[in-house]
Amino acid sequence: MRKSTLFIFFTSINIIFLILLMLHSWTSLRTVGAFLRPCTDIARELQLTDLCLFTEARYTRNPSMADLHAPFQDHPLALEHFPSGSLVTPLRVRPGAL
Amino acid sequence: MNRSLERHRNIIDFALSSLLRRKGKNISLLMVYTLIVFLVAAIMFFTHALKREASLILQDAPDMVVQRMVAGRHDPIPINYGKRIAAIRGVSAVRPRVWGYYYEPVVGANYTMMTSDSQAQGTVTIGSGVARTLRLTDGDLMTFRNYNGVPTLFQVQKIMPYESELVAADLVVTAESDLRELFNFPRGHATDLAVTVGNPRELTTVAAKIVLLLPDTRPILRSEILRTYDSIFDWRGGMMIVMLSIAVLSFVIFAWDKATGLSAEERKEIGILKSLGWETTDVLLLKFWEGTVISLSAFLVGVILAYGHVFFFSASLFEHALKGWAILYPQFKLVPVVDGGQLAILFFLTVVPYAVATIIPSWRAATLDPDAAMRS
Repeated sequence: MRKSTLFIFFTSINIIFLILLMLHSWTSLRTVGAFLRPCTDIARELQLTDLCLFTEARYTRNPSMADLHAPFQDHPLALEHFPSGSLVTPLRVRPGAL
Repeated sequence: MNRSLERHRNIIDFALSSLLRRKGKNISLLMVYTLIVFLVAAIMFFTHALKREASLILQDAPDMVVQRMVAGRHDPIPINYGKRIAAIRGVSAVRPRVWGYYYEPVVGANYTMMTSDSQAQGTVTIGSGVARTLRLTDGDLMTFRNYNGVPTLFQVQKIMPYESELVAADLVVTAESDLRELFNFPRGHATDLAVTVGNPRELTTVAAKIVLLLPDTRPILRSEILRTYDSIFDWRGGMMIVMLSIAVLSFVIFAWDKATGLSAEERKEIGILKSLGWETTDVLLLKFWEGTVISLSAFLVGVILAYGHVFFFSASLFEHALKGWAILYPQFKLVPVVDGGQLAILFFLTVVPYAVATIIPSWRAATLDPDAAMRS
């Protein structure tokens, strides 16, 4: 078999696979409401404001509710919580807000 | 048409043979390239999916949360502030939220303590992350040390479903009176106030009125909450910038290596081809196909692997970034959100730089004088 045939076959298989994954993504998006229902129900009932991504410090667990000066306040010798501390940026406040 | 196609196929055949002659170098090149595409694609899919889920889940978050600030820090807010806020025109409801954090010294985990009116006294509903960490099941007893250090027992009434980990992995929901007793939380105070405003367009006006009426408060709008998540997973944000800068740096080194020229063997090969009658355009086409074989294969394989990693294997490589120092961390599956736009961006971020980096050496190779090339 010619090498170019093998290459075209390999590329075609990959493209078909990629199209199937796009279809998978498209069909998943149609059921996203049902998939996220347990999260949205709890968030609505408990009036939650944040996702539970990083639980090690107040300002990483609830970044939208944190003090503006929260990082580095856990302990005099506490190092910054890496990497979550570097991912969570300070809340962007409206002009005029405290 | 067929003649042109056949010409391209012949050149692809030759390009593949040429790549296979330098098997070691080209396979390692393909692997590095695939890894870079995989990394960039996985970050893009992961952050897009998380941003989307944050916006969907938090669309029912309170319109506005009002905190009290004392000496620059968040402090319990008097519940009677709620009555004054409720009197502002446009405010339809004010609900005090009593919540906080609890550090569990035995396992070193932090819980988020919430209250619910539907929770019976002496019982708790816990997130599945808490249940997993402490190996608890329904009906088990859970101990908390109260503000005096006295152990207090609570019965686990319910464990929240695994599917809710993205918001509830570390939650412990108690009755309000239990939480007040546990922490000696001041009566007549709440952690913050959830404010509902009838008309969303009035939110900023209502926020300004609250600050005017109660200058020691800080209103946080839902749009600001959502923006927080946008900024965490933003292009300029932490994870993206760290990972992308590593990927781009490796790519630059690798493209530089490619752009700095041809090996003596390659020059000789081109010299022979040209002396056999190959035109400059044929050599350029050969180099184009060599680059395309590598970059297209790396792109397709990298994107497919990234999709599988993020959406079928829960982005296990990023688990450590999410865990950080935490003992208790969420385990969740993301809903795939990949569109043509993202793939086009990925293509331009990964394949185009490689193609550009190979243009100069290809042109130099194609215009070589055959005699000089063979003698070198």
